[in-house]
Amino acid sequence: MIQSRANSLLIRTPEGIEFALPLAGPFSRMLALVVDLAAVAALSSVLEKVLAPLLVFGQDVTGGIIILVNFVLAVVYAMAAEWLWRGQTVGKRLLGLRVVDARGLRLEPSQVIVRNLLRFIDQLPVLYLVGGVACVFHRHRQRLGDIAAGTVVVRTPKLARPNLDQLLAGKYNSLAESRHLAARLRQKITPEIARIALESLIRRDQLDPTARLALFAQLADHFRALVPYPPEVAEQLADEPYVRDVVELLYRPSGSLSATKTPSAVGQP
Amino acid sequence: MILDLARFVEAERPHWTALEKTLDWIATDPTRKMSLDDLEAFHTLYQRASADLGKVATLASEGELSRYLEWLVSRAYSEIHESRDRRRFRPWRWFTVEFPRTFRRHSRAFQLSAALTLAGVAFGALALRIDSEARYVILPFGHADMSPSERVAREKQEQGKQLAGKKSQFSAALMQNNIRVALFTIALGMTFGFGTLVLLFYNGVILGAIVYDYIHGGEAIFLMGWLLPHGVIEIPAILVGGQTGFVLAYALIGWGSRISRAERLRAISRDVVTLAGGAALMLVWAGIVESFLSQYHEPVIPYGAKIAFGLVEAALLTLFLNRAGVGHVGQAILSPASSRS
Repeated sequence: MIQSRANSLLIRTPEGIEFALPLAGPFSRMLALVVDLAAVAALSSVLEKVLAPLLVFGQDVTGGIIILVNFVLAVVYAMAAEWLWRGQTVGKRLLGLRVVDARGLRLEPSQVIVRNLLRFIDQLPVLYLVGGVACVFHRHRQRLGDIAAGTVVVRTPKLARPNLDQLLAGKYNSLAESRHLAARLRQKITPEIARIALESLIRRDQLDPTARLALFAQLADHFRALVPYPPEVAEQLADEPYVRDVVELLYRPSGSLSATKTPSAVGQP
Repeated sequence: MILDLARFVEAERPHWTALEKTLDWIATDPTRKMSLDDLEAFHTLYQRASADLGKVATLASEGELSRYLEWLVSRAYSEIHESRDRRRFRPWRWFTVEFPRTFRRHSRAFQLSAALTLAGVAFGALALRIDSEARYVILPFGHADMSPSERVAREKQEQGKQLAGKKSQFSAALMQNNIRVALFTIALGMTFGFGTLVLLFYNGVILGAIVYDYIHGGEAIFLMGWLLPHGVIEIPAILVGGQTGFVLAYALIGWGSRISRAERLRAISRDVVTLAGGAALMLVWAGIVESFLSQYHEPVIPYGAKIAFGLVEAALLTLFLNRAGVGHVGQAILSPASSRS
């Protein structure tokens, strides 16, 4: 089952599990295309030098071969790269994009070929206008080639876990004493707010002092209202330490980073 | 859900790592077959990771872990639930069996393609018959600048000398241009076939005008000697391009079909690739013949020989497209969308 949510493709497996594929926008795809065009130009230039010794067979034969090699390179480059690198070209690799099947299934060679063959229409009338407009307005951000091939382009950002040890080290966490309240806190805080609190701690030294105070006051008030702690615990903590303790509860519930660390291959295809 | 995350991650991480390694192993050779035991183990790892994702997805703080598991599950899902046939590509079998069989399966689309071109031919010939001034609008490549007799006289005098030292480049440029036209005709299928229809008709108009111009100028033999050797392959190749465009358009429109547009397009994608590849190969041959044979005229090569060569090619092509792969034991690529077009 396939659904679409803001900029992502949701796939529900027969096992009832849902996973989201973040869709790539037209701008990042355009940048990847520019990189690929540069890569093709560079490859073409290299191949012309490599083929130079063929001049012993005459300029005509070499010229004919170079015309064909350049044509094949322009048509086949993206097909070959996307097939060999499982949905990626040089540009897509650099921009963290990948072509995948729109149902979450394996990418077939025929899909790779069809989506690239239809570039002939996507690039009409100039500068991929047809494909770009289709990509902007289609709910799955598909150009015509993607629609025909049943593919989507997704983002594959590298996921890196911040160094929480350095951020939270050596601090006594008084909020952790009440285990039932800590569990309730973990249950009630949304992923978005948790991420904001963590990012605020990571970037706190870059903030203007007034803005820093206001931000942590707002966050601490939100957490205090969400799960009220006994006054003897809550009142002895200033806003920023309160937020820091909440973040530690969320991200290091057992107090040991090594235990909660995700496997080393996170984000790798 | 309240979960002892530390213990959970510690207990599950080996299974995630095992699943990741299995997926990497599959990625290195997608055609490799797994034993039944391996498949069972792989499926168990997938189900376990799916269940873990279900648990982790409810936790506020585990966005990163959740995304990691989503990525892992999505990779495994694509392997576990993929049921499409994946065979090793065999070029000879593809060309001699798959291509002609696919061509025949979509014969009605080819007939439509041919009918549109013929309508264009009739229109082009009629336009020149009714209004001789139309030749200045319709005829390409400077054909309108001189009469057929003048052109024949020039061609006979030059005997392809204008291409001396450029034949390979001319041949390559012809292949490139013709393949581009064929691929463009295919891609225009995404305009619900309208673009393909216009392009085929327009090609027909030019062809009809040239043919009428030469026949009317009393140069029918020269025309056949010039056009047949490469034209009997080149024109059908463009028609196969049109056929492919209509196969695409038919799947896009989906008259009377109960399956979704995405499913219809998915069902014909392999056929589109096969037909496009076949048309491209035909155009490679046509480019070679046009450059190295068509440009020579009598007395270097007798017209009779060139016409005979063209007719033999046409007969072989007809035989190939209609008979090759018949009775060949293999898996037919049948699809609801393709079988009707």
